[in-house]
Amino acid sequence: MILFALGIWSFLSHEALLRKLIAFNVMGGGVFHVFIAVAYRGDTAPPDPVPHALVLTGIVVAVSATALALALGGRAQDAADHD
Amino acid sequence: MTDLLPLAVAVPLLAALLVTALPRQAALLGVLGAAATTLAAGAVLTAVWLNGALTADLGGWGVPLGISMRANGFAAALLAMTALVALATSVYATGYFADSPKAVHFWPLWLLLWASLNALLLAADLFNLFVTLELLGLCAAALGALTGSADAVKANLRYLLVGLLGSTTYLMGVALLYSAYGALDIALLAEHIAAGGDENNAVDAAALTLMTVGLALKAALFPLHFWLPPAHANAPAPVSAALSALVVKGAVYIIVILWLELFASVATASAAMVLGLLGAAGVVWGSWRALRAARLKLMAAYSTVAQIGYLFMFLPLIAATPPGPARDNLFAALVLMALSHGFAKAGFFLAAGLVQQQAGHDRIDDLGGTAQQMPATTFTIGLCGSALIGLPPSGSFIGKWLMMQGAIEAGQWWWIVVLLIGTLLAAAYTFRVLSRAFGLEPTPLRFVTDARSEIPALMLALTAVGVLGLAAGPLWTLLGLGAGGAA
Amino acid sequence: MSRDWSLLLGMLLALLACVLLWVLHGALMDQPGPRLADLAAANVPYSGVSNPVTSVLLNFRAYDTLLELAVVLAALLGIWALGPAVPGFQPSGPVLASMVSWIVPLLILAGGYMLWVGGHAPGGAFQAGALLGAAGVILRLGGDPRAGLPDETMQRWLAVAGTAVFTLVGLALAAAGEGFLTYPTDWAKWLILLIETAATIAIGVTLAAAYVGGRP
Repeated sequence: MILFALGIWSFLSHEALLRKLIAFNVMGGGVFHVFIAVAYRGDTAPPDPVPHALVLTGIVVAVSATALALALGGRAQDAADHD
Repeated sequence: MTDLLPLAVAVPLLAALLVTALPRQAALLGVLGAAATTLAAGAVLTAVWLNGALTADLGGWGVPLGISMRANGFAAALLAMTALVALATSVYATGYFADSPKAVHFWPLWLLLWASLNALLLAADLFNLFVTLELLGLCAAALGALTGSADAVKANLRYLLVGLLGSTTYLMGVALLYSAYGALDIALLAEHIAAGGDENNAVDAAALTLMTVGLALKAALFPLHFWLPPAHANAPAPVSAALSALVVKGAVYIIVILWLELFASVATASAAMVLGLLGAAGVVWGSWRALRAARLKLMAAYSTVAQIGYLFMFLPLIAATPPGPARDNLFAALVLMALSHGFAKAGFFLAAGLVQQQAGHDRIDDLGGTAQQMPATTFTIGLCGSALIGLPPSGSFIGKWLMMQGAIEAGQWWWIVVLLIGTLLAAAYTFRVLSRAFGLEPTPLRFVTDARSEIPALMLALTAVGVLGLAAGPLWTLLGLGAGGAA
Repeated sequence: MSRDWSLLLGMLLALLACVLLWVLHGALMDQPGPRLADLAAANVPYSGVSNPVTSVLLNFRAYDTLLELAVVLAALLGIWALGPAVPGFQPSGPVLASMVSWIVPLLILAGGYMLWVGGHAPGGAFQAGALLGAAGVILRLGGDPRAGLPDETMQRWLAVAGTAVFTLVGLALAAAGEGFLTYPTDWAKWLILLIETAATIAIGVTLAAAYVGGRP
């Protein structure tokens, strides 16, 4: 939760793309940790595999989104340089 | 029968893969894929029409372990609208991108966007919705940046980032719900939440808030709309049409489901009132900015902010109306408004794109004489404008009429004031364009100058005005509502 | 954004974090709650793989994973749409080159192992694909401008392979009367392996191509 809120904060308060992206990933990390925490069911029971799978899916989605955002950012920089 | 639902997602998905692998035949394969997808959507619509809501358990595990898909009347209506708008846009795109190297990049992303829209509308699982939202957001931003200009790339980078912020916030809400109920299926969760009573009030409220705020960012609800106008106005015309008419609706669709289905038992009237007031602010602000906009596409984009606002104004009215025919009418009116805005705005953007290609710009003040050169396109803009205003016989006329009726019955007269202001402003901005469009140039003898791109836009406009307005009755049947007939 | 606003926002969000923590704590502590864990555990033996996470990813919630592959593809298509790739790095010196020449085969081998082991232990297509992608990244850093990728046509086919095989398997099962993505128990293991192999190659190619960063 703290990661989540920290992520939102720096997402909103930083201008630079790289910082925003790191903030987004921190935020996502916060959400994924909540899922992991939900999966824990005490020391004796095996953890719930469903949230683990959701986190894996979420990470891949976040990686893809970050890649596209970086490419767009690079392109915006190029376009600004040429203008 | 139930295989129809995955088919509606698999067909555009496979088509997207094919055009990716065979870029040389992109346009031909793309149109074929669009036609096949439309057929699949039509099949779903027919099946829902005949048999009522459909569900499919993917993987055969059933809920809660597996994922299911479902199509009720609401989803089927939007699915059909998506199919028609996307088909028209596809045909238009063959003309728009005819000589452009961008076509190779447009088609795969476009079909993937369509697949994600269908998947979103047919999803019955909160996490599955998250994945479809992300796919939708990525495709939409990539398509929006297709022109490659600095403005477009920057606006769509912002759009992508805002979308990511929104969907991550939404996902946090999903995580909270899973922690309390251990399920992700919407119908199942709705039962749990209704059965839970007061026990989990804090979780319900927190999850509803997180998910609504996250989605409102993506739906461009005032004051979270700031990203929409530049992103939509700078995209290529067929993309703008899809973004404004379809993509934004995806997020609105989820919000409506959350409020009227998933959290129906806990969503309070006062919370719905907040959304309604924000929607009303969006109507006034969006319409005002549309009136002041210097460029045609920017005007259309601001008008989207306003039209989305109307949809949110329905929520407090529905919350204040007891279940019964009056409430059913309001819900049908919401769907009708969403559909007619979809058709009208797509037609508008397509026509605006033609004007931009013909005149070389889309500055409204310098558009003199366009009507003479492109009669069909100007006619399209006029028709779409009348649907945005809500003139009879358009679908939004009936929608607004029912909203007024509902507001009077619920004793919430202030919505009518907003409705009137919004309608007047919409009339003003439409006529502003039309008044500039006529000049003293000679009129060509032909009504249609470029059939491939003008006809699809015109068809969409006619659907918004004529078909939805005059034949709105069946919508009630499709939605499975008792009270028959338009007002 | 000014400093004062940033501070105010920070305080508000800290408050939000506290509220959310309290809510989550309440949800987790009050009742252990119904989870899907027991249901999932009971069905793992019928899923064709023995690792519970893999059975969720590729069987119980395979549809999510299919769409997730489409997300990865969408990112690559978006990157390709932005224009040609930037030129690569200069060819590396002999020390780096010889290191690359034995790290890359190792990564590919490790990728294959990851793919196979995913059936019964942590691992699977995404991890294996990531290793393949890393091999591509290292090749490019070592001076190969194409990151070891084949020509454009082949790249396109490989990038769509994962999603295509996944969708076609799903549709074939639907056509056979089983239902979309409903694996018969006896075949589940091999169908999952087939899908995972295609997905691994597609993800590896996609990640490497995304790193190259432009149209092939």
